[in-house]
Amino acid sequence: MEKFAITLIIFTVFWGLIGIVLPFLIPKGQNKRLIQVMLTLTSACCWLFWLCFYLHQWKPLFGPQLKRDNARIIRSLWGSEF
Amino acid sequence: MTLCQLFLQPDAAYSCISELGELGIVQFRDLNPNVNSFQRKYVNEVRRCEEMERKLRFLETEIKKDELPIYDPEDNPDAPKPREMIDLEATFEKLDHELKEINTNADALLRNFNELTELKHNLTMTQGFFDDAEMAFTPAHNRNQRDSDDDQVQLLYEYSMISHNKLGFITGVVPRERMVAFERMLWRVCRGNVFLRQAEIPELIEDPVSGEKLHKTVFVVFFQGEQLKNRVQKICEGFRANIYPCPENPHERRELAMGVMTRLEDLTVVLSQTQDHRQRVLAATSRNLRTWQIKVKKIKAIYHTMNMFNNDVARKCLIAECWAPVSELDRIQLALRKGSEASGGGTVSSVLNRMVTREQPPTHHKLNKFTQGFQNLVDAYGVATYREINPMPFVLITFPFLFAVMFGDAGHGILVTIFALWMVLKERSLKDKWRNQEVWTIFFGGRYIILLMGIFSIYTGIIYNDVFSKSLNIFGSSWRVRFGDDTLAKHDSVMLEPTPYNYTRSGDYRQMFSGTPYPIGLDPVWQLADNKITYTNSVKMKFAIIIGITQMGFGLFLSLWNHLHFNHRHAIYLEFLPQIIFLACIFFYLIILIFYKWTSFDGSKATDAPSLLIHLINMILFSYKTDPPSAAVFYTGQKQFQTFLILLAVLCVPWMLLGKPIYRIVMNKRRANYSTVTNHAAGNDSDVEEQHQDEFHDPAEKRGVVLDADVRDTDTEDMLDDEHSHQQHHQHEVEMSEVWVEQGIHTIEYFLGCISHTASYLRLWALSLAHAQLSEVLWHMILHLGLSMNGYGGAIASFFVFMPWSSLTVFILLLMEGLSAFLHALRLHWVEFQSKFYKGEGYPFVPFSFRLLLDEAPVEA
Repeated sequence: MEKFAITLIIFTVFWGLIGIVLPFLIPKGQNKRLIQVMLTLTSACCWLFWLCFYLHQWKPLFGPQLKRDNARIIRSLWGSEF
Repeated sequence: MTLCQLFLQPDAAYSCISELGELGIVQFRDLNPNVNSFQRKYVNEVRRCEEMERKLRFLETEIKKDELPIYDPEDNPDAPKPREMIDLEATFEKLDHELKEINTNADALLRNFNELTELKHNLTMTQGFFDDAEMAFTPAHNRNQRDSDDDQVQLLYEYSMISHNKLGFITGVVPRERMVAFERMLWRVCRGNVFLRQAEIPELIEDPVSGEKLHKTVFVVFFQGEQLKNRVQKICEGFRANIYPCPENPHERRELAMGVMTRLEDLTVVLSQTQDHRQRVLAATSRNLRTWQIKVKKIKAIYHTMNMFNNDVARKCLIAECWAPVSELDRIQLALRKGSEASGGGTVSSVLNRMVTREQPPTHHKLNKFTQGFQNLVDAYGVATYREINPMPFVLITFPFLFAVMFGDAGHGILVTIFALWMVLKERSLKDKWRNQEVWTIFFGGRYIILLMGIFSIYTGIIYNDVFSKSLNIFGSSWRVRFGDDTLAKHDSVMLEPTPYNYTRSGDYRQMFSGTPYPIGLDPVWQLADNKITYTNSVKMKFAIIIGITQMGFGLFLSLWNHLHFNHRHAIYLEFLPQIIFLACIFFYLIILIFYKWTSFDGSKATDAPSLLIHLINMILFSYKTDPPSAAVFYTGQKQFQTFLILLAVLCVPWMLLGKPIYRIVMNKRRANYSTVTNHAAGNDSDVEEQHQDEFHDPAEKRGVVLDADVRDTDTEDMLDDEHSHQQHHQHEVEMSEVWVEQGIHTIEYFLGCISHTASYLRLWALSLAHAQLSEVLWHMILHLGLSMNGYGGAIASFFVFMPWSSLTVFILLLMEGLSAFLHALRLHWVEFQSKFYKGEGYPFVPFSFRLLLDEAPVEA
């Protein structure tokens, strides 16, 4: 549970820095507004995309269905402990 | 943007226009639209320019024929003064004349040369014939060496000696391929009474008439009598054989031969000198050619522009009307002053006068090379109405993002990014290459778009965990296989346990999911799972709906911004509010439900998890069954809350349908009351003055009442022309039926559109699925075949398998899928996003700019 929260906070802060803080640091120029819009939109879209995939995998309703051989290989490659 | 009137002195007009052309921020209007182009004032100058262009084109073809390089000018030459134009014309005329002379001379000399060459061969060969004939009459002891030819010649000679009739002969040259037909024709026509001897010329000769190199044969035809002579001559003409006179006397022949040789030598020298002269002339021209072309183009453009002006005879000046951005007026004034000074410092400088108008100005966006591509995408649908919000800065990011959601493969994204980076970094050198290839110019023009698409595709590929249909395991999967060998032996396939804690009462439970999701993107275990598609379908569809509704909501807020800008207070309450409430009640609620489902239901409650689609449908149908658990209510108060939302949403429909027309009716009535009041008060005042009073009474309302598309930022508060206010008077009386119909269409379009557009966003899911599956097919059916073989055979197979895999990847996945995703992302923006706020009824601002003019004309490489 903690790991879930930590990852969530890290990524939100990461995209938040890019999308909310960085626009204030853009130097004055002809393209200042454009760059601000670009940064905000990019970070919003990318954060939302990441968030949807993260939340969907948090509480899966069903697990992966593996063929017998693939299951054996994974069991030996990745081990049985987390 | 403001409409300006320019009053130009006729002498200064040319240089002023030249300065404005260099500046490139003014769009001139045609003040003589009904005048035929042949009747305009400066038609002669335009004609002269076109004549000059024709000469320049001729010079260019000549230079290209000799394959000389043409130098591009580094700097931008100014438009020359009118006096210079005469000099240019004279120069071109001289060059044109000179070159034509050189060409005709060279042609004549060449023809002469070829004829002489043929004559030379002719003489050599016929010399051979007559030598043979003489040899036949050497002393008897040589007679043993005779062969059949000599027999014939001897007979000839004897016959001529005997009959004392001079045998006439004609010598000439004929193309080798026609020789046989020639001979046969001679035989038939002259009934075998002529004697032909031939010898082939070994080397290729250039035909004097046609100029092509052929193999030719020299022939001699002997005949007796005038009739035969005529016949032979006619046949020779028919076969286009060149006849050359050949003296009978060997002594004369030798003299002629020597004369021909000397003449040939002289001609060779003259020809080479002519060629050198031509090269020199062309080389000198090639250095200046491009500069001249640019200058002539500029002159022509200036005169075309001046043709659009109104020549006011009374005030002795030219009047021009143009659209110009308000912020650039200072620069325009400066340019005008420069132009007036340059043309000889006239006493009165040109005057710029701002005009007031009700016409819609052209739409001008300040762009750079990066934003130009995206603006083209938006403008392809429709140019923004004057002063409405430009969707381009938002499309700049959301378009590549939605493309990437559909493209979603990091490996393919890397390839696309590399291609785009190459185009962007090598911009300068690639700019003028392959200008004739339309496909390349399209790709090159969109290089920044492709770059952004590629970068976003890498990101979405990482989130989908898809690199050429393989997944990366960077952080360690959250899933482990904890089945024993006996379970695995019993079943062909096993499904891992999704709940991370023991929810069963039994001890059989084994934790296979760590409880923490894979940090970035999809867990790598799914790549091996049989039910991967079922799992990813769910998340991709949900994401597509979320991003779609978010984008549509964003579009609605942009329409709010538009309303605020144009000060359409009524539109905010009567259009924006019902729209946003409807969207929120149904679709924002859906998004909340999606997030709720993600966070509240886990594997232990999998069978009870609500199907959101069924719940949405039931919400609208007001049906609340408890039968399948996925349709049962899953939070307390759901039924009441949802009913409330639906009722609120339904209320929005008549709100939007009736609101605006009723407002219009009320406004019209108020206007009618006002004007009747002022009518009585003013008495016999003209209509115009009433309107003035009307306007000054209600400045704030005036803007709001006039039809939406008409309000613009021209300075209508200050002055009002008589005619313009008259127009406004008519605009108040707008057809009410039109308003009702328009509003009805808008309402239906919006409300039905909300639902259909939301579903339309599901194409994001569909195309990403297709892309992923195509990629996987290519892997399993092609590349895997080579990689799965062992040993040296496997190495060779891998080598051969790479070619079809890579070419299919590029052509099907990158090009075809890329084009498809591009198209669908574009459609989503044009229809689903922009229909919420964009009118797109403007026309573009096309300034009179030399730079634009010269860029447009394709430089023939």
